[in-house]
Amino acid sequence: MASAEEVARQAQRKDIRDRWFLSAPALLVIFFAATGPLLIVLVYSFLTPGAYGDVKWQFSPEAWVSVFLERDIFDDTLSLAAAHVTIFWRSIKLAIVTTIATLALGFPTAYFMATRSEKTRDLWLFLITIPFWTNLLIRTFAVLQIIRNEGLINTVLIKLGIISSPIQILFTDTAILIGMAYVYLPLMVLPIYASMEKLDFRLVEAGYDLYASRFQVLRRIIFPLVRPGVIAGSILVFIPAIGAYVSPSLLGGGKNMMLSNLIELQFGQGRNWPLGSALSIAVMIIVMVALLAYVRNASRSEVRHG
Amino acid sequence: MASTFSIKHQPGFTAIAATCFVVLYLPIFVLVVYAFNAATSTSEWGGFSLKWFQSAWNNTQVIDATLRSFQIGAIAAILSTTFATMAALATTRTPPYRGLTFKYAAINQPLMVPEIVTGVALLIFFSRIKIFTGYSGLGYLIAAHTAFCIPFAYLPIRARLENMDLTLERAAADLYATPWQTFRRVTLPLLWPGILAGLMLAFVISLDDVVITEFVKSGGQDTLPTYMLGQIRRGITPEINAISTAFLLLSVLIVTLFFFINQKRN
Repeated sequence: MASAEEVARQAQRKDIRDRWFLSAPALLVIFFAATGPLLIVLVYSFLTPGAYGDVKWQFSPEAWVSVFLERDIFDDTLSLAAAHVTIFWRSIKLAIVTTIATLALGFPTAYFMATRSEKTRDLWLFLITIPFWTNLLIRTFAVLQIIRNEGLINTVLIKLGIISSPIQILFTDTAILIGMAYVYLPLMVLPIYASMEKLDFRLVEAGYDLYASRFQVLRRIIFPLVRPGVIAGSILVFIPAIGAYVSPSLLGGGKNMMLSNLIELQFGQGRNWPLGSALSIAVMIIVMVALLAYVRNASRSEVRHG
Repeated sequence: MASTFSIKHQPGFTAIAATCFVVLYLPIFVLVVYAFNAATSTSEWGGFSLKWFQSAWNNTQVIDATLRSFQIGAIAAILSTTFATMAALATTRTPPYRGLTFKYAAINQPLMVPEIVTGVALLIFFSRIKIFTGYSGLGYLIAAHTAFCIPFAYLPIRARLENMDLTLERAAADLYATPWQTFRRVTLPLLWPGILAGLMLAFVISLDDVVITEFVKSGGQDTLPTYMLGQIRRGITPEINAISTAFLLLSVLIVTLFFFINQKRN
């Protein structure tokens, strides 16, 4: 006879085993159609490009060298690949500026939503959720129609006599920035709103009782308390922005490439799959650095408030 | 005037918020209005007309792509929601066990990787399998969509489960219900709103995808978003506005449904 303790332990072991069986389908699908293939990308980044796309199974560090460097075809010397550096810089710059812009607009918006009455709050939440679940391509297309030379902005400015000929916004970095800020704004607002909603306004009241100014209350009380939401929102905007594909493809035109367009090029006309793979891993590394910063920040603020 | 001092006021915040809401909706509004434009140009107004909806309806490429989007979306949503429900049951209402954190990380992994990277990875992986097996059907797109929909379907189901304690299930077991009966008669009905929400999220996410589909699809496998991307690159006609408007209407319907299900839950 097994002791009661033994029976309990066996039941627990069976429970855990059942739980593994239950999660197996989800884990397997994700492994085969999301996570696993990332490892193949890593392997491909160290192979030699094939003549018609794909790869030759021959080790080569060349792809990683050409992420930032260029080999001269005549004398084999290496120099900085200016085009790649420009694209890396543009992607990182635009992703950061998009994050800052959405934060500057999203923070007050989330604050506004959270300070409405309980009933109307749901309505505002609904209004921010609709663009969130609306097709990203359609929203980018909507921006394109507004900012192009014959679009609403230029038409109105010309009619008002402020400008005489249309301002070229489309096919510039600014266009990509406007497009990304537009499509990712709800991603910033939602997590900030989630933290803001839990904000205890008695703390704000206490601040005013102690003669704090509006700005001091904002900086010293509200902002520190909703910091987790701000950090979460920034990560949610930064990750898709650094790898953005639709915005630069439609709004940037052929000249203002971002990393995703450069990667796509390697798998299309470029026929350099190893370089495309190395660039993809480089994007992953940038994302991982951002995520690490997030984890460190998040645990720090937990210690402070916990 | 101390009596009118509002502790919730911050100077300029309401103005910024109002701007945000206007800016969010203005481009969409303009897009919808121009879908009803009689003129061929997308920059001047030529009177009200439904002809672009008609032309989209008669465009077999559009209809094909739409049906393909729905087919992939429906299958991917059902599969991912089933798997996500099972995974949620396996990862909630339990004391921590070895591998639990791993499961959380694995399920949420698709959210952490930019779509372009997943797209490239699947392009490489599936092109190998295509050579190996000779199969080039919709299966690849369905597999890819199922994978990235799982974390979205998992989210509301897990949230729902975490608010359900085990009391009712224990009561059922006390009344000699088999584990299957308990699941069928107690757990599933209680969990249903979460599952429905997960199903709708997964469907919308699948329907919206451009980047991963663009990389995974074989020739002649355009979904509505990839078809639209190709068309916009070639030059815009009000027909794209008409398709977008129909698509928008569908999204708004689904979100509204989702919102009501969520409200009922609260």
